[in-house]
Amino acid sequence: MPTPQTPGENADDRADRGAEDIGRVVLDARDISRALTRISHEILERNKGPQDLVLLGIPTRGVGLARRVADRIAATEGVEVPVGALDVTFYRDDLRQQPTRGPQPTQVPPGGIDGRTVVLVDDVLYSGRTVRAALDAMNDLGRPEVVRLAVLVDRGHRQLPIRADHVGKNLPSARSERVMVRLEEVDGHDEVRIAGSLTGPDGTEQWR
Amino acid sequence: MTRRHLLSVDDVDAEEIAAVFATAAEMHDVQRRQVKKLPALRGRTVINLFFEDSTRTRSSFEIAGKWLSADTVNITGKGSSASKGESLRDTVQTVAAMGVDALVMRHGASGAALQVSQWVDASVINAGDGTHEHPSQALLDAYTLQRRMGPLEGRHVVLVGDLTHSRVFRSNVKCLTKLGAEVTVVAPPTLMPSGVDTWSREAGFATSYDLDEVLPKADAVMMLRVQRERMAGGYFPSAREYTVGYGLTRDRLDVLGPDVPICHPGPMNRGLEIAADAADAAQSLVLDQVSAGVAVRMAILYHLLAGEDL
Repeated sequence: MPTPQTPGENADDRADRGAEDIGRVVLDARDISRALTRISHEILERNKGPQDLVLLGIPTRGVGLARRVADRIAATEGVEVPVGALDVTFYRDDLRQQPTRGPQPTQVPPGGIDGRTVVLVDDVLYSGRTVRAALDAMNDLGRPEVVRLAVLVDRGHRQLPIRADHVGKNLPSARSERVMVRLEEVDGHDEVRIAGSLTGPDGTEQWR
Repeated sequence: MTRRHLLSVDDVDAEEIAAVFATAAEMHDVQRRQVKKLPALRGRTVINLFFEDSTRTRSSFEIAGKWLSADTVNITGKGSSASKGESLRDTVQTVAAMGVDALVMRHGASGAALQVSQWVDASVINAGDGTHEHPSQALLDAYTLQRRMGPLEGRHVVLVGDLTHSRVFRSNVKCLTKLGAEVTVVAPPTLMPSGVDTWSREAGFATSYDLDEVLPKADAVMMLRVQRERMAGGYFPSAREYTVGYGLTRDRLDVLGPDVPICHPGPMNRGLEIAADAADAAQSLVLDQVSAGVAVRMAILYHLLAGEDL
């Protein structure tokens, strides 16, 4: 049997390991905090309050972000909004192009998602394929009234007709660049970095 | 072109077992959903080729494949061309020529799955070969125990029964010792396989003829089926005598206490190796094993078939 990769790890995560200080910081901890506060308010404004909201984070980092948004909503509205996790591994369209990936937990809040306003939360919006997979995965879990999308960073280069409703920061990037989101819950500190790639003399990719 | 197989517990290391269990835990949640379907193996074809009888292994592999959106087909020895005298090689090559991705196979001859894996260009999963191995059963047994007891490292698991004819015993010993469990196997001398002393010394497990001496020290008990169909008789004087010496009776259940989990791979001979009181006790994991069977087999199929085309 093949050795599966770390659950939920994607190519970006692998490249991240051992690459602490490459590139430059585009959002620091306070920027991230302010962006999440704004997103929380936007979600409430758009929904005209916290009723029927369900926040579903896409593992790994989307789950932490969803919890933080829920905390902010609780602070302003005094209402605990249900938070869950929606793993999309089994629904990815590139399963066959990669070594086997282990799944991460999917947790649907006890009230379910039928008839609710679901806000999907992820760290980076790029090709849009993860969001497509998330929409498919949600289809097997229930039928929300409305689905919205909140992301910390939108770096462009969409490959599918998908856009975010709430964006922390629009970050114009080249395809060759790499955007790395680090969160306290997962990585021990909060920041968003962008790094350009170089091809090293041995033909392998290197990051500056 | 290399294909990945699961022919023996030797094919997986502790890290891979942990990964399969982590996936199985997610699959277990899918079992509780209204829509029990994942698209992960869409377009893959899995054939269950069973030359020996089976209820749970075959149906759980079939359900596992279906819930992962693979197309599954069942072929049994009886009612196939094998009963018209077709050789095993011709049968599997015919099946493989239809374009299958995985062959789940049970056969009465030890080593049959390994042999078949050299003939066909598909992943072969051994669902029992003679008295050799039954790796998916061992994985689901360990998964079930781990869900109930937590990590098996250092825990004492006792396997009791017809060891000579048991592929479940062979796979389970390998799997449990890989996970760090202390294993003791118990059987009457006539059902203790020859050469077990050498193997137990190398693999680090204990053997015993005395169930009553071992039972009080058990953290978990696995009862194995007395395989009447593989016995020409003469292994023990009477069923009654077997039960007295090696059955999990009402009295032995009291010795065990209410917290020690009891497993049985099924089908059970109630009243022979396991009393109804024990089979239906709250600590009995028999039905948990069956539902875990689907989740673990989904995880096995997923890990073997979902990744890149080789």
